[in-house]
Amino acid sequence: MKVHEYQAKELLAAAGANVPKHIVCKTADEVAAAFDQLSKGGGGVMVKAQIHAGGRGAGQLLGHPDKLGGVKFCASKDKARSVAETMLKYPLKTLQTGPNGQPIKTLIVQADAEPDKEFYVAVVFDRGVGLPVLMASAAGGMDIEKVAHDTPEKIIKVPFSPETGLLPFQARRLAYELGFTGDQVGKAEGIMLALSKVYLAKDATLAEVNPLAITKSGDVMVLDAKIDFDDNALFRHKDVAALRDEGEENPAEVRAAKANLNFIQLDGTIGCLVNGAGLAMATMDIINYHGKAHGVGPANFLDVGGSVTADGAIEAFRIILSDAKVKGILVNVFGGIASCATIARALVAAGKEVGFKVPVVVRLEGNEVTEARAILAAAAGELPTLKTAADLTSAAKLVVELSK
Amino acid sequence: MSILVDSSTRVITQGITGGAGGFHTDQSLLYGSQFVGGVTPKKGGATWKGEKSGKALPVFNTVAEAVRATGATASMIFVPPGGAADAIMEAADAGIALIVAITEGIPVLDMARAKRFLKTKPGSRLVGPNCPGVITPGQCKIGIMPGHIHKPCAAGETGIGVISRSGTLTYEAVFQLTALGLPQSTCVGIGGDPVIGTSQIDLLEMFEADPGTRAILMIGEIGGTAEEEAAAFVAKKVKKPVAAFIAGQTAPPGRRMGHAGAIISGGSGSAADKIAALEKAGIEVAPTPADLGTAVQKALARKK
Repeated sequence: MKVHEYQAKELLAAAGANVPKHIVCKTADEVAAAFDQLSKGGGGVMVKAQIHAGGRGAGQLLGHPDKLGGVKFCASKDKARSVAETMLKYPLKTLQTGPNGQPIKTLIVQADAEPDKEFYVAVVFDRGVGLPVLMASAAGGMDIEKVAHDTPEKIIKVPFSPETGLLPFQARRLAYELGFTGDQVGKAEGIMLALSKVYLAKDATLAEVNPLAITKSGDVMVLDAKIDFDDNALFRHKDVAALRDEGEENPAEVRAAKANLNFIQLDGTIGCLVNGAGLAMATMDIINYHGKAHGVGPANFLDVGGSVTADGAIEAFRIILSDAKVKGILVNVFGGIASCATIARALVAAGKEVGFKVPVVVRLEGNEVTEARAILAAAAGELPTLKTAADLTSAAKLVVELSK
Repeated sequence: MSILVDSSTRVITQGITGGAGGFHTDQSLLYGSQFVGGVTPKKGGATWKGEKSGKALPVFNTVAEAVRATGATASMIFVPPGGAADAIMEAADAGIALIVAITEGIPVLDMARAKRFLKTKPGSRLVGPNCPGVITPGQCKIGIMPGHIHKPCAAGETGIGVISRSGTLTYEAVFQLTALGLPQSTCVGIGGDPVIGTSQIDLLEMFEADPGTRAILMIGEIGGTAEEEAAAFVAKKVKKPVAAFIAGQTAPPGRRMGHAGAIISGGSGSAADKIAALEKAGIEVAPTPADLGTAVQKALARKK
């Protein structure tokens, strides 16, 4: 689960990190009022769009004549108000949002803290060693994946125990290695320890500060932060679960999650309904394998789970068909312990309930498959677009043929 | 021959009184596995009864008690996610040699802590979590896989060893092997999570040493670098034919594809990188999930 920058910063501040003051705003009036509170001494403020995607500063408001992005320094109250009005009006497109951008519903006004030098620090899980690891680099503020790829020697990694967390000496040593001096060392250490603390206490999968900055005035601060949480651990963190902003998520994916379906929207035209995550990925792959020459690919990943029920299948078909791009559906189910006949009856019930407007190719294999094929064949009169295929290759070829 | 489990393996189920735990204990008993008891805290002293197998098993409060009373050497875990890591550690502490964790959805940090605990228990091996389990066809099934699709090795015959991060995709593979007349020595689902017990390399080593295994099929997926490491191990240490498949060639970066571990992140974990590493190691890579069985046939023919 993702949260907004301001939520991540508030968690880090509560854990002892030095974070610039901010005020969360929903309207341009609130932004103007916040300007008065945070621009003491007339220094101006930063106005920052809050969406669940990175690259906001380099992004662009779609449909706005100037090339305004999602982060803007405002020297006056009027400027802050007009920037806020614009940001709340146009969707923000960044490298991570997709072509249509993301509407901005929340802004923060942040006390200005102009960076002099920027660092990257993050806690991630290192699958190779099976431990959380603090990653740090003096090449902050930029695309860390690019730094990791081009100049891996510029990234320092410190694995730490999930029982003790990052130890103060580890954070201190890192601060010195990154080049902090004097009073800055303690502040940098505090930010690193806060990252470790939040990561472990709240079951995060990523806790990142980028940039961690030395400001022009010599302070050391969290200027931007991102925290992702382990969905599997939300059951024990009601406070974290309450931070969820469903408006930032794909509506079809939110709906699927409520029906216990694993669903991810993709760009292609063939919907997939599969039992099991590995088989669901492999089904996308075989559609692509036979379809790519015709410009045909998967429209979604969908794992209905181990057992296929009529209710689950009905909701799954509704979600797939809510995507106007879908021109065909491939159902690939391996009936293991559950009988294929039960699954076939569930598919027929779903078809009658939902109405198949596009070709639906069904490939069933496993337990009682002959009976299952007979059930599907008997429903052909009522469900004319429903086709059965004898094996996975012919199913993939048929759905591509019917939808290209 | 086989690896990990055979007809002499004595198994308990942790979480036997739950719906899934009970159902799959019953199914495993029907297949012929030797289940000897179950564990559910606060229900010790009760008797569990299999609906279809009709068999009755004693229920214990703790794994230690179950081991003392039954001599169990393996455990199948169906404990819900919040308590599953604790159940794994309890099994290891009680001296269970093979711990098969079926539970899906265990928090990553719980597993990181459990794995550190397991390092202090070298006599215990964990398979999973978030896996279908382990089966030596015709002898012992510990898990949720459909037993009937497997083909046991006849006396003196060798089979295919299967290693997989997936569930239903493994059944697909086994179904194809059986349809081609290729029996299986042992099939192991290692699980789809970021932190798992037994790795591909551990199993490659065991299958290479097992006289009952003639070739190995490895089914991987996007996320992490385990397949790349396994490919390097095959190039150096494995002489038996190896075939493989990687699921997720069309998966977008940064999205978790159902399995918690199936995510391309930080520029690593893509299918293309994995396939390149496997091919470089001389492994026969199936182009689509419909070619899993034939890829094994090709690998066998290649090494003749």
